[in-house]
Amino acid sequence: MELDALYQEVILDHYKHPQHKGLVPTYDAQVHHVNPSCGDETTLNISLDNGSIKSISWDGVGCSISQASVSIMSDLMIGKSVKDAEVILNSFVDLMQSKGLKSGDPQILEDGVSMAGVSKFPARIKCALLGWMAYKDAVLSASSK
Amino acid sequence: MSQLDVAAIRKDFPIFTRTIRDGKKLVYLDSGATSQKPQSVIDAEVDFYSRSNAAAHRGAHQLAEEATEAVEAAREIVANFLGGESDEIVFTKSATESLNLLAYSYTSLITAEDRIVVTEMEHHANLIPWQQLAQRTGATLSWFEVTPEGRLDLSNIDNVITENTKIVSITHQSNVLGTINPLDAIVARAHEVGAVVILDACQSVPHMPINVTELNIDYLAFSGHKAIGPTGVGVLWGRSELLEMLPPFLFGGSMIETVTMTDATWAPAPRKFEAGVPNMAQIVGLGAALNYLSKIGMNNIHLHEIELGSYLLAQLSAIEGLQVVGPVDMQNRGGTISFTFGDIHPHDLGQYLDAQGIAVRTGHHCAWPLTRKLGVAATTRASLYFYNDKDDVDALVSGIIGAKKYFGRE
Repeated sequence: MELDALYQEVILDHYKHPQHKGLVPTYDAQVHHVNPSCGDETTLNISLDNGSIKSISWDGVGCSISQASVSIMSDLMIGKSVKDAEVILNSFVDLMQSKGLKSGDPQILEDGVSMAGVSKFPARIKCALLGWMAYKDAVLSASSK
Repeated sequence: MSQLDVAAIRKDFPIFTRTIRDGKKLVYLDSGATSQKPQSVIDAEVDFYSRSNAAAHRGAHQLAEEATEAVEAAREIVANFLGGESDEIVFTKSATESLNLLAYSYTSLITAEDRIVVTEMEHHANLIPWQQLAQRTGATLSWFEVTPEGRLDLSNIDNVITENTKIVSITHQSNVLGTINPLDAIVARAHEVGAVVILDACQSVPHMPINVTELNIDYLAFSGHKAIGPTGVGVLWGRSELLEMLPPFLFGGSMIETVTMTDATWAPAPRKFEAGVPNMAQIVGLGAALNYLSKIGMNNIHLHEIELGSYLLAQLSAIEGLQVVGPVDMQNRGGTISFTFGDIHPHDLGQYLDAQGIAVRTGHHCAWPLTRKLGVAATTRASLYFYNDKDDVDALVSGIIGAKKYFGRE
Protein backbone atom coordinates (compact mmCIF):
# COMPACT_ATOMS: atom_id res chain seq x y z
CA MET A 1 0.00 0.00 0.00
CA GLU A 2 0.96 3.63 -0.59
CA LEU A 3 1.48 4.20 3.11
CA ASP A 4 4.25 1.61 3.27
CA ALA A 5 5.99 3.37 0.37
CA LEU A 6 6.01 6.47 2.57
CA TYR A 7 6.96 4.90 5.88
CA GLN A 8 9.94 2.75 4.89
CA GLU A 9 11.62 0.80 7.68
CA VAL A 10 14.75 2.91 7.20
CA ILE A 11 12.74 6.04 7.94
CA LEU A 12 11.14 4.68 11.08
CA ASP A 13 14.55 3.43 12.16
CA HIS A 14 16.13 6.87 11.81
CA TYR A 15 13.10 8.36 13.59
CA LYS A 16 13.52 6.04 16.56
CA HIS A 17 17.31 6.29 16.58
CA PRO A 18 18.16 9.73 15.20
CA GLN A 19 21.79 10.32 14.20
CA HIS A 20 23.75 13.42 15.29
CA LYS A 21 20.82 14.71 17.33
CA GLY A 22 21.86 16.94 20.22
CA LEU A 23 23.56 20.27 19.54
CA VAL A 24 27.36 20.45 19.99
CA PRO A 25 28.42 23.69 21.69
CA THR A 26 30.99 24.82 19.12
CA TYR A 27 30.03 25.62 15.55
CA ASP A 28 30.73 27.98 12.65
CA ALA A 29 27.07 28.64 11.97
CA GLN A 30 23.73 27.94 13.60
CA VAL A 31 20.37 28.14 11.89
CA HIS A 32 16.80 27.65 13.03
CA HIS A 33 14.17 26.58 10.52
CA VAL A 34 10.44 26.05 11.01
CA ASN A 35 7.69 24.57 8.92
CA PRO A 36 4.94 27.15 9.45
CA SER A 37 2.23 24.82 8.20
CA CYS A 38 2.72 22.31 11.02
CA GLY A 39 5.01 23.92 13.58
CA ASP A 40 7.94 21.52 13.11
CA GLU A 41 11.28 23.07 14.09
CA THR A 42 14.93 22.26 13.55
CA THR A 43 18.02 23.95 14.93
CA LEU A 44 21.21 22.96 13.14
CA ASN A 45 24.88 23.61 13.95
CA ILE A 46 27.59 23.19 11.36
CA SER A 47 31.39 23.35 11.44
CA LEU A 48 33.56 23.44 8.33
CA ASP A 49 37.21 22.56 8.00
CA ASN A 50 39.12 23.41 4.86
CA GLY A 51 36.16 23.11 2.48
CA SER A 52 34.81 20.00 4.16
CA ILE A 53 31.96 19.45 6.58
CA LYS A 54 33.57 18.69 9.91
CA SER A 55 30.42 18.34 11.94
CA ILE A 56 26.68 18.72 11.85
CA SER A 57 24.51 18.47 14.91
CA TRP A 58 20.85 19.28 15.28
CA ASP A 59 17.86 19.29 17.55
CA GLY A 60 14.19 19.71 16.85
CA VAL A 61 10.64 18.52 17.04
CA GLY A 62 8.66 17.10 14.20
CA CYS A 63 7.06 14.17 12.48
CA SER A 64 8.89 10.97 11.58
CA ILE A 65 9.53 12.20 8.04
CA SER A 66 11.15 15.48 9.10
CA GLN A 67 13.16 13.92 11.91
CA ALA A 68 14.37 10.93 9.87
CA SER A 69 15.25 13.19 6.98
CA VAL A 70 17.52 15.46 9.01
CA SER A 71 19.11 12.37 10.57
CA ILE A 72 19.78 10.86 7.14
CA MET A 73 21.09 14.18 5.83
CA SER A 74 23.54 14.62 8.74
CA ASP A 75 24.85 11.11 8.29
CA LEU A 76 25.40 11.71 4.59
CA MET A 77 27.00 15.14 4.73
CA ILE A 78 29.50 14.82 7.58
CA GLY A 79 32.99 14.26 6.17
CA LYS A 80 32.02 15.28 2.62
CA SER A 81 33.46 18.27 0.82
CA VAL A 82 31.03 21.19 0.52
CA LYS A 83 31.12 20.61 -3.25
CA ASP A 84 30.13 16.93 -3.01
CA ALA A 85 27.51 17.81 -0.45
CA GLU A 86 25.96 20.20 -2.95
CA VAL A 87 25.55 17.34 -5.42
CA ILE A 88 23.84 15.26 -2.73
CA LEU A 89 21.57 18.15 -1.77
CA ASN A 90 20.54 18.81 -5.37
CA SER A 91 19.93 15.12 -5.95
CA PHE A 92 17.68 14.95 -2.88
CA VAL A 93 15.71 18.06 -3.83
CA ASP A 94 15.27 16.63 -7.33
CA LEU A 95 13.98 13.37 -5.83
CA MET A 96 11.48 15.25 -3.64
CA GLN A 97 10.14 17.14 -6.65
CA SER A 98 9.74 13.98 -8.74
CA LYS A 99 6.06 13.30 -7.85
CA GLY A 100 6.89 9.65 -7.27
CA LEU A 101 8.49 9.14 -10.70
CA LYS A 102 12.09 8.79 -9.51
CA SER A 103 13.61 6.35 -7.07
CA GLY A 104 16.85 8.22 -6.34
CA ASP A 105 20.49 7.23 -6.87
CA PRO A 106 21.58 5.04 -3.94
CA GLN A 107 25.23 5.76 -4.78
CA ILE A 108 24.65 9.42 -4.01
CA LEU A 109 21.78 9.40 -1.53
CA GLU A 110 22.34 6.12 0.36
CA ASP A 111 19.57 5.97 3.04
CA GLY A 112 18.11 9.08 1.43
CA VAL A 113 16.47 6.96 -1.30
CA SER A 114 14.09 5.67 1.37
CA MET A 115 12.48 9.13 1.16
CA ALA A 116 11.42 8.58 -2.47
CA GLY A 117 7.83 7.74 -1.44
CA VAL A 118 7.46 11.15 0.19
CA SER A 119 7.42 12.83 -3.22
CA LYS A 120 3.97 11.30 -3.85
CA PHE A 121 2.53 13.18 -0.86
CA PRO A 122 2.70 16.93 -1.62
CA ALA A 123 1.89 17.89 1.96
CA ARG A 124 4.91 15.98 3.28
CA ILE A 125 7.64 17.21 0.93
CA LYS A 126 8.21 20.24 3.16
CA CYS A 127 8.66 17.89 6.13
CA ALA A 128 11.37 15.96 4.29
CA LEU A 129 13.11 19.12 3.13
CA LEU A 130 13.10 20.95 6.48
CA GLY A 131 16.51 19.67 7.65
CA TRP A 132 18.03 19.89 4.17
CA MET A 133 17.03 23.53 3.78
CA ALA A 134 18.47 24.20 7.23
CA TYR A 135 21.71 22.59 6.05
CA LYS A 136 21.74 24.67 2.85
CA ASP A 137 21.28 27.85 4.86
CA ALA A 138 23.88 26.84 7.47
CA VAL A 139 26.61 25.89 5.00
CA LEU A 140 26.13 29.17 3.14
CA SER A 141 26.37 31.11 6.36
CA ALA A 142 29.46 29.17 7.55
CA SER A 143 31.21 29.47 4.15
CA SER A 144 30.77 33.23 4.05
CA LYS A 145 32.66 33.66 7.32
CA MET B 1 -30.50 9.38 20.12
CA SER B 2 -30.25 12.40 17.91
CA GLN B 3 -33.27 13.83 16.13
CA LEU B 4 -31.28 14.18 12.93
CA ASP B 5 -31.57 11.70 10.10
CA VAL B 6 -27.89 11.76 9.22
CA ALA B 7 -28.24 9.19 6.44
CA ALA B 8 -30.78 11.40 4.68
CA ILE B 9 -28.70 14.52 5.28
CA ARG B 10 -25.61 12.90 3.75
CA LYS B 11 -27.58 12.26 0.56
CA ASP B 12 -27.77 16.04 0.12
CA PHE B 13 -23.96 16.31 0.06
CA PRO B 14 -22.57 14.95 -3.22
CA ILE B 15 -19.03 14.62 -1.87
CA PHE B 16 -20.09 11.67 0.28
CA THR B 17 -20.65 9.61 -2.87
CA ARG B 18 -16.94 9.61 -3.71
CA THR B 19 -14.33 7.38 -2.15
CA ILE B 20 -10.86 8.09 -0.80
CA ARG B 21 -7.48 6.33 -1.23
CA ASP B 22 -8.40 3.23 -3.21
CA GLY B 23 -12.09 2.91 -2.51
CA LYS B 24 -12.32 3.80 1.17
CA LYS B 25 -15.43 5.50 2.54
CA LEU B 26 -14.87 9.19 3.21
CA VAL B 27 -14.86 9.92 6.94
CA TYR B 28 -14.77 13.70 6.99
CA LEU B 29 -13.77 15.05 10.39
CA ASP B 30 -12.30 18.37 9.29
CA SER B 31 -15.33 20.65 9.20
CA GLY B 32 -13.56 23.04 11.55
CA ALA B 33 -11.27 23.84 8.62
CA THR B 34 -14.02 23.88 6.03
CA SER B 35 -17.41 22.22 5.75
CA GLN B 36 -18.80 20.21 2.87
CA LYS B 37 -21.52 21.68 0.64
CA PRO B 38 -25.04 20.41 -0.03
CA GLN B 39 -26.32 20.28 -3.61
CA SER B 40 -28.68 23.19 -2.92
CA VAL B 41 -25.71 25.50 -2.27
CA ILE B 42 -23.87 24.30 -5.37
CA ASP B 43 -27.08 24.75 -7.39
CA ALA B 44 -27.60 28.27 -6.05
CA GLU B 45 -24.19 29.33 -7.34
CA VAL B 46 -24.71 27.60 -10.68
CA ASP B 47 -28.19 29.10 -11.04
CA PHE B 48 -26.88 32.58 -10.36
CA TYR B 49 -24.22 32.28 -13.05
CA SER B 50 -26.58 30.49 -15.44
CA ARG B 51 -29.56 32.83 -15.10
CA SER B 52 -28.99 36.07 -13.20
CA ASN B 53 -25.35 37.03 -13.64
CA ALA B 54 -24.79 40.79 -13.86
CA ALA B 55 -23.11 43.40 -11.67
CA ALA B 56 -25.31 43.96 -8.62
CA HIS B 57 -26.13 47.53 -7.55
CA ARG B 58 -25.27 48.82 -11.03
CA GLY B 59 -26.93 48.92 -14.43
CA ALA B 60 -30.48 49.60 -15.54
CA HIS B 61 -31.28 46.22 -17.03
CA GLN B 62 -33.24 43.22 -15.88
CA LEU B 63 -30.23 41.04 -15.11
CA ALA B 64 -28.68 43.74 -12.94
CA GLU B 65 -31.98 44.04 -11.09
CA GLU B 66 -32.14 40.29 -10.54
CA ALA B 67 -28.51 40.12 -9.39
CA THR B 68 -29.14 42.96 -6.95
CA GLU B 69 -32.28 41.29 -5.65
CA ALA B 70 -30.44 38.00 -5.20
CA VAL B 71 -27.64 39.63 -3.19
CA GLU B 72 -30.06 41.65 -1.08
CA ALA B 73 -32.25 38.61 -0.46
CA ALA B 74 -29.17 36.81 0.85
CA ARG B 75 -28.43 39.79 3.12
CA GLU B 76 -31.92 39.44 4.56
CA ILE B 77 -31.36 35.72 5.15
CA VAL B 78 -28.08 36.38 6.98
CA ALA B 79 -29.70 39.13 9.08
CA ASN B 80 -32.56 36.86 10.12
CA PHE B 81 -30.16 34.02 10.83
CA LEU B 82 -28.17 36.19 13.25
CA GLY B 83 -31.06 38.17 14.70
CA GLY B 84 -29.78 41.45 13.26
CA GLU B 85 -30.98 43.96 10.67
CA SER B 86 -30.22 43.79 6.94
CA ASP B 87 -28.29 47.05 6.92
CA GLU B 88 -26.06 45.66 9.66
CA ILE B 89 -24.76 42.87 7.42
CA VAL B 90 -21.53 43.55 5.50
CA PHE B 91 -20.40 40.96 2.97
CA THR B 92 -16.63 40.40 2.85
CA LYS B 93 -14.54 37.71 1.22
CA SER B 94 -13.85 35.93 4.53
CA ALA B 95 -14.06 36.20 8.29
CA THR B 96 -10.37 37.09 8.14
CA GLU B 97 -11.27 40.10 6.00
CA SER B 98 -14.12 41.01 8.36
CA LEU B 99 -11.72 41.15 11.31
CA ASN B 100 -9.08 43.02 9.30
CA LEU B 101 -11.75 45.47 8.18
CA LEU B 102 -12.49 46.28 11.81
CA ALA B 103 -8.84 46.48 12.81
CA TYR B 104 -8.08 48.89 9.95
CA SER B 105 -11.22 50.95 10.37
CA TYR B 106 -10.47 51.46 14.06
CA THR B 107 -6.97 52.82 13.33
CA SER B 108 -7.99 56.47 13.56
CA LEU B 109 -10.11 55.81 16.66
CA ILE B 110 -7.38 54.22 18.78
CA THR B 111 -4.58 56.07 20.58
CA ALA B 112 -1.41 55.08 22.40
CA GLU B 113 -3.25 55.25 25.75
CA ASP B 114 -5.81 52.64 24.69
CA ARG B 115 -5.88 48.92 25.28
CA ILE B 116 -7.02 46.13 22.98
CA VAL B 117 -7.96 42.81 24.57
CA VAL B 118 -7.86 39.35 22.98
CA THR B 119 -7.38 35.86 24.42
CA GLU B 120 -4.60 33.30 24.26
CA MET B 121 -6.89 30.94 22.35
CA GLU B 122 -7.38 33.15 19.30
CA HIS B 123 -6.98 31.93 15.76
CA HIS B 124 -4.24 33.95 14.04
CA ALA B 125 -7.03 35.77 12.14
CA ASN B 126 -8.27 37.30 15.40
CA LEU B 127 -4.82 37.95 16.83
CA ILE B 128 -2.51 39.37 14.18
CA PRO B 129 -4.88 42.14 12.98
CA TRP B 130 -5.00 43.42 16.60
CA GLN B 131 -1.23 43.06 17.06
CA GLN B 132 -0.84 45.19 13.97
CA LEU B 133 -3.42 47.74 15.12
CA ALA B 134 -1.55 48.01 18.42
CA GLN B 135 1.73 48.50 16.54
CA ARG B 136 0.22 51.16 14.25
CA THR B 137 -1.30 53.16 17.09
CA GLY B 138 1.00 52.47 20.04
CA ALA B 139 -1.92 50.93 21.94
CA THR B 140 -1.33 48.08 24.38
CA LEU B 141 -2.41 44.56 23.46
CA SER B 142 -3.42 42.46 26.45
CA TRP B 143 -5.13 39.11 26.75
CA PHE B 144 -6.97 36.59 28.85
CA GLU B 145 -4.85 33.55 29.58
CA VAL B 146 -5.93 29.95 29.08
CA THR B 147 -6.00 27.48 31.97
CA PRO B 148 -4.43 24.00 31.65
CA GLU B 149 -8.01 22.67 31.26
CA GLY B 150 -8.43 24.83 28.17
CA ARG B 151 -10.78 27.43 29.66
CA LEU B 152 -10.40 31.20 29.74
CA ASP B 153 -9.01 32.48 33.03
CA LEU B 154 -11.37 35.32 33.90
CA SER B 155 -10.20 35.64 37.52
CA ASN B 156 -8.42 38.91 36.72
CA ILE B 157 -11.06 40.27 34.34
CA ASP B 158 -10.97 43.79 35.83
CA ASN B 159 -7.22 43.97 35.31
CA VAL B 160 -7.37 42.68 31.74
CA ILE B 161 -10.29 44.86 30.66
CA THR B 162 -9.40 48.26 32.15
CA GLU B 163 -10.85 51.74 31.93
CA ASN B 164 -8.58 52.30 28.90
CA THR B 165 -9.82 49.29 26.97
CA LYS B 166 -11.52 50.22 23.71
CA ILE B 167 -11.77 46.85 21.94
CA VAL B 168 -12.35 43.32 23.24
CA SER B 169 -12.10 40.79 20.42
CA ILE B 170 -12.55 37.15 21.38
CA THR B 171 -13.39 33.83 19.86
CA HIS B 172 -16.79 32.35 20.67
CA GLN B 173 -15.61 28.77 20.30
CA SER B 174 -11.94 27.79 20.12
CA ASN B 175 -11.03 26.16 16.83
CA VAL B 176 -8.45 24.02 18.66
CA LEU B 177 -9.94 23.22 22.07
CA GLY B 178 -13.64 23.29 21.26
CA THR B 179 -14.15 25.50 24.33
CA ILE B 180 -17.22 27.73 24.15
CA ASN B 181 -16.32 30.92 25.97
CA PRO B 182 -18.73 32.45 28.50
CA LEU B 183 -19.59 35.91 27.19
CA ASP B 184 -21.82 37.49 29.83
CA ALA B 185 -19.10 38.63 32.24
CA ILE B 186 -16.80 39.76 29.43
CA VAL B 187 -19.54 41.72 27.65
CA ALA B 188 -20.67 43.32 30.93
CA ARG B 189 -17.16 44.39 31.88
CA ALA B 190 -16.35 45.63 28.35
CA HIS B 191 -19.48 47.74 28.17
CA GLU B 192 -18.89 49.02 31.68
CA VAL B 193 -15.63 50.62 30.49
CA GLY B 194 -17.07 51.68 27.13
CA ALA B 195 -15.28 49.08 24.99
CA VAL B 196 -16.81 47.29 22.02
CA VAL B 197 -17.03 43.49 21.96
CA ILE B 198 -16.11 41.76 18.72
CA LEU B 199 -16.95 38.08 18.42
CA ASP B 200 -15.02 35.73 16.15
CA ALA B 201 -17.92 33.35 15.57
CA CYS B 202 -16.39 31.20 12.82
CA GLN B 203 -16.72 28.09 14.97
CA SER B 204 -20.05 28.92 16.57
CA VAL B 205 -22.36 30.37 13.90
CA PRO B 206 -22.28 27.12 11.88
CA HIS B 207 -22.88 24.97 14.96
CA MET B 208 -25.38 26.57 17.35
CA PRO B 209 -28.21 29.10 17.46
CA ILE B 210 -26.73 32.62 17.60
CA ASN B 211 -28.63 35.79 18.29
CA VAL B 212 -26.54 38.94 18.31
CA THR B 213 -29.17 40.88 20.25
CA GLU B 214 -29.31 38.30 23.03
CA LEU B 215 -25.51 38.08 23.17
CA ASN B 216 -25.44 41.88 23.51
CA ILE B 217 -22.21 42.07 21.47
CA ASP B 218 -21.19 44.86 19.08
CA TYR B 219 -19.64 43.08 16.10
CA LEU B 220 -19.54 39.50 14.86
CA ALA B 221 -17.52 37.83 12.09
CA PHE B 222 -18.02 34.46 10.48
CA SER B 223 -17.07 32.74 7.25
CA GLY B 224 -19.44 31.18 4.74
CA HIS B 225 -17.35 28.15 3.90
CA LYS B 226 -17.40 26.78 7.45
CA ALA B 227 -21.21 27.03 7.42
CA ILE B 228 -21.78 24.77 4.37
CA GLY B 229 -21.58 27.88 2.17
CA PRO B 230 -19.17 28.71 -0.62
CA THR B 231 -15.59 29.87 -0.17
CA GLY B 232 -14.91 33.53 -0.88
CA VAL B 233 -17.68 34.98 1.24
CA GLY B 234 -17.57 36.15 4.83
CA VAL B 235 -19.86 38.24 6.98
CA LEU B 236 -19.37 41.14 9.32
CA TRP B 237 -22.32 42.05 11.47
CA GLY B 238 -22.12 45.32 13.37
CA ARG B 239 -24.57 47.42 15.37
CA SER B 240 -26.00 49.97 12.95
CA GLU B 241 -24.92 53.00 15.02
CA LEU B 242 -21.35 51.65 15.13
CA LEU B 243 -21.22 50.91 11.40
CA GLU B 244 -22.50 54.41 10.76
CA MET B 245 -19.66 55.93 12.83
CA LEU B 246 -16.89 53.63 11.57
CA PRO B 247 -14.73 54.88 8.66
CA PRO B 248 -14.48 52.58 5.63
CA PHE B 249 -11.52 50.27 5.00
CA LEU B 250 -11.57 49.54 1.26
CA PHE B 251 -12.26 52.37 -1.17
CA GLY B 252 -13.61 52.23 -4.71
CA GLY B 253 -16.76 51.69 -6.68
CA SER B 254 -20.22 51.54 -5.12
CA MET B 255 -19.13 52.53 -1.61
CA ILE B 256 -19.44 56.25 -2.32
CA GLU B 257 -22.12 58.89 -2.16
CA THR B 258 -20.39 61.63 -4.21
CA VAL B 259 -16.91 61.88 -5.72
CA THR B 260 -14.90 64.88 -6.97
CA MET B 261 -11.31 64.94 -8.21
CA THR B 262 -10.05 65.63 -4.70
CA ASP B 263 -12.51 64.07 -2.30
CA ALA B 264 -15.38 61.66 -1.76
CA THR B 265 -18.16 60.95 0.69
CA TRP B 266 -19.45 57.56 1.67
CA ALA B 267 -22.64 55.66 1.08
CA PRO B 268 -24.47 54.54 4.24
CA ALA B 269 -23.53 51.21 5.79
CA PRO B 270 -23.34 48.45 4.75
CA ARG B 271 -22.50 49.75 1.25
CA LYS B 272 -19.68 51.95 2.57
CA PHE B 273 -17.81 48.73 3.48
CA GLU B 274 -18.47 46.91 0.20
CA ALA B 275 -16.20 48.49 -2.40
CA GLY B 276 -16.16 46.78 -5.79
CA VAL B 277 -18.54 44.28 -7.35
CA PRO B 278 -19.34 41.82 -4.56
CA ASN B 279 -18.80 38.04 -4.68
CA MET B 280 -22.38 37.69 -5.84
CA ALA B 281 -22.61 33.99 -6.61
CA GLN B 282 -20.94 33.18 -3.30
CA ILE B 283 -23.26 35.53 -1.39
CA VAL B 284 -26.25 33.86 -3.02
CA GLY B 285 -24.75 30.47 -2.17
CA LEU B 286 -24.36 31.54 1.45
CA GLY B 287 -28.05 32.46 1.54
CA ALA B 288 -28.89 28.95 0.35
CA ALA B 289 -26.53 27.48 2.95
CA LEU B 290 -28.16 29.32 5.85
CA ASN B 291 -31.59 28.33 4.55
CA TYR B 292 -30.46 24.71 4.57
CA LEU B 293 -29.11 25.02 8.13
CA SER B 294 -32.35 26.70 9.29
CA LYS B 295 -34.37 23.88 7.75
CA ILE B 296 -32.36 21.32 9.76
CA GLY B 297 -32.57 23.60 12.80
CA MET B 298 -29.58 25.12 14.56
CA ASN B 299 -30.64 23.75 17.90
CA ASN B 300 -30.92 20.25 16.43
CA ILE B 301 -27.44 20.64 14.97
CA HIS B 302 -26.07 21.79 18.31
CA LEU B 303 -27.67 18.91 20.21
CA HIS B 304 -26.47 16.39 17.65
CA GLU B 305 -22.90 17.65 17.95
CA ILE B 306 -23.02 17.60 21.75
CA GLU B 307 -24.26 14.03 21.71
CA LEU B 308 -21.72 12.90 19.14
CA GLY B 309 -18.94 14.89 20.81
CA SER B 310 -19.77 13.26 24.10
CA TYR B 311 -19.50 9.83 22.45
CA LEU B 312 -16.19 10.78 20.79
CA LEU B 313 -14.74 12.09 24.07
CA ALA B 314 -15.71 8.88 25.87
CA GLN B 315 -14.17 6.72 23.12
CA LEU B 316 -10.96 8.77 23.03
CA SER B 317 -10.58 8.72 26.81
CA ALA B 318 -10.55 4.93 26.69
CA ILE B 319 -7.49 4.83 24.42
CA GLU B 320 -4.29 4.35 26.38
CA GLY B 321 -1.72 7.09 25.77
CA LEU B 322 -4.22 9.47 24.21
CA GLN B 323 -4.46 12.91 25.77
CA VAL B 324 -7.32 15.25 24.96
CA VAL B 325 -6.10 18.86 24.68
CA GLY B 326 -8.99 20.96 25.94
CA PRO B 327 -12.05 20.40 28.11
CA VAL B 328 -12.76 16.70 28.76
CA ASP B 329 -16.50 17.09 29.27
CA MET B 330 -19.20 18.59 27.06
CA GLN B 331 -19.94 21.47 29.43
CA ASN B 332 -19.61 24.68 27.35
CA ARG B 333 -17.84 22.84 24.59
CA GLY B 334 -18.51 22.02 20.95
CA GLY B 335 -17.67 19.01 18.82
CA THR B 336 -14.12 20.04 17.98
CA ILE B 337 -11.68 17.78 19.80
CA SER B 338 -7.89 18.00 19.71
CA PHE B 339 -5.57 15.39 21.13
CA THR B 340 -2.07 14.01 21.23
CA PHE B 341 -1.32 10.30 21.08
CA GLY B 342 1.80 8.98 22.81
CA ASP B 343 4.91 9.65 20.75
CA ILE B 344 3.13 9.39 17.40
CA HIS B 345 3.46 12.81 15.82
CA PRO B 346 0.11 14.27 14.66
CA HIS B 347 1.38 14.56 11.10
CA ASP B 348 2.14 10.84 11.04
CA LEU B 349 -1.16 9.96 12.70
CA GLY B 350 -3.02 12.16 10.21
CA GLN B 351 -1.23 10.44 7.32
CA TYR B 352 -2.15 6.99 8.63
CA LEU B 353 -5.78 8.03 9.13
CA ASP B 354 -5.84 9.47 5.61
CA ALA B 355 -4.83 6.06 4.28
CA GLN B 356 -8.03 4.76 5.95
CA GLY B 357 -10.13 7.49 4.30
CA ILE B 358 -10.34 9.58 7.49
CA ALA B 359 -9.77 13.32 7.11
CA VAL B 360 -8.52 15.14 10.23
CA ARG B 361 -6.47 18.28 10.74
CA THR B 362 -2.98 18.20 12.23
CA GLY B 363 -0.59 20.91 13.36
CA HIS B 364 -1.02 24.09 15.37
CA HIS B 365 -4.36 24.97 13.67
CA CYS B 366 -3.40 28.61 13.10
CA ALA B 367 -3.32 29.15 16.87
CA TRP B 368 0.41 28.86 17.51
CA PRO B 369 0.50 30.88 20.76
CA LEU B 370 -2.16 28.56 22.18
CA THR B 371 -0.43 25.29 21.35
CA ARG B 372 2.83 26.78 22.65
CA LYS B 373 1.12 27.75 25.91
CA LEU B 374 -0.32 24.26 26.31
CA GLY B 375 3.12 22.77 25.71
CA VAL B 376 2.26 20.79 22.60
CA ALA B 377 4.06 21.33 19.30
CA ALA B 378 1.08 20.07 17.37
CA THR B 379 -2.19 18.20 17.87
CA THR B 380 -4.55 16.07 15.84
CA ARG B 381 -8.01 17.58 15.58
CA ALA B 382 -11.31 15.91 14.78
CA SER B 383 -14.12 18.40 14.20
CA LEU B 384 -17.68 17.14 13.98
CA TYR B 385 -20.64 18.48 12.08
CA PHE B 386 -24.26 17.51 11.64
CA TYR B 387 -23.46 15.17 8.73
CA ASN B 388 -21.20 13.02 10.95
CA ASP B 389 -22.47 10.00 12.84
CA LYS B 390 -21.29 7.31 15.24
CA ASP B 391 -19.82 5.29 12.37
CA ASP B 392 -17.45 8.19 11.68
CA VAL B 393 -16.38 8.28 15.31
CA ASP B 394 -15.90 4.50 15.38
CA ALA B 395 -13.79 4.68 12.22
CA LEU B 396 -11.59 7.33 13.81
CA VAL B 397 -11.14 5.32 16.98
CA SER B 398 -10.15 2.15 15.16
CA GLY B 399 -7.89 4.23 12.93
CA ILE B 400 -6.07 5.60 15.97
CA ILE B 401 -5.63 2.11 17.40
CA GLY B 402 -4.41 0.91 13.99
CA ALA B 403 -1.84 3.71 13.88
CA LYS B 404 -0.41 2.56 17.19
CA LYS B 405 0.20 -0.90 15.75
CA TYR B 406 1.56 0.53 12.51
CA PHE B 407 4.09 2.95 14.00
CA GLY B 408 4.88 0.75 16.99
CA ARG B 409 6.30 -2.00 14.75
CA GLU B 410 9.96 -2.81 15.29
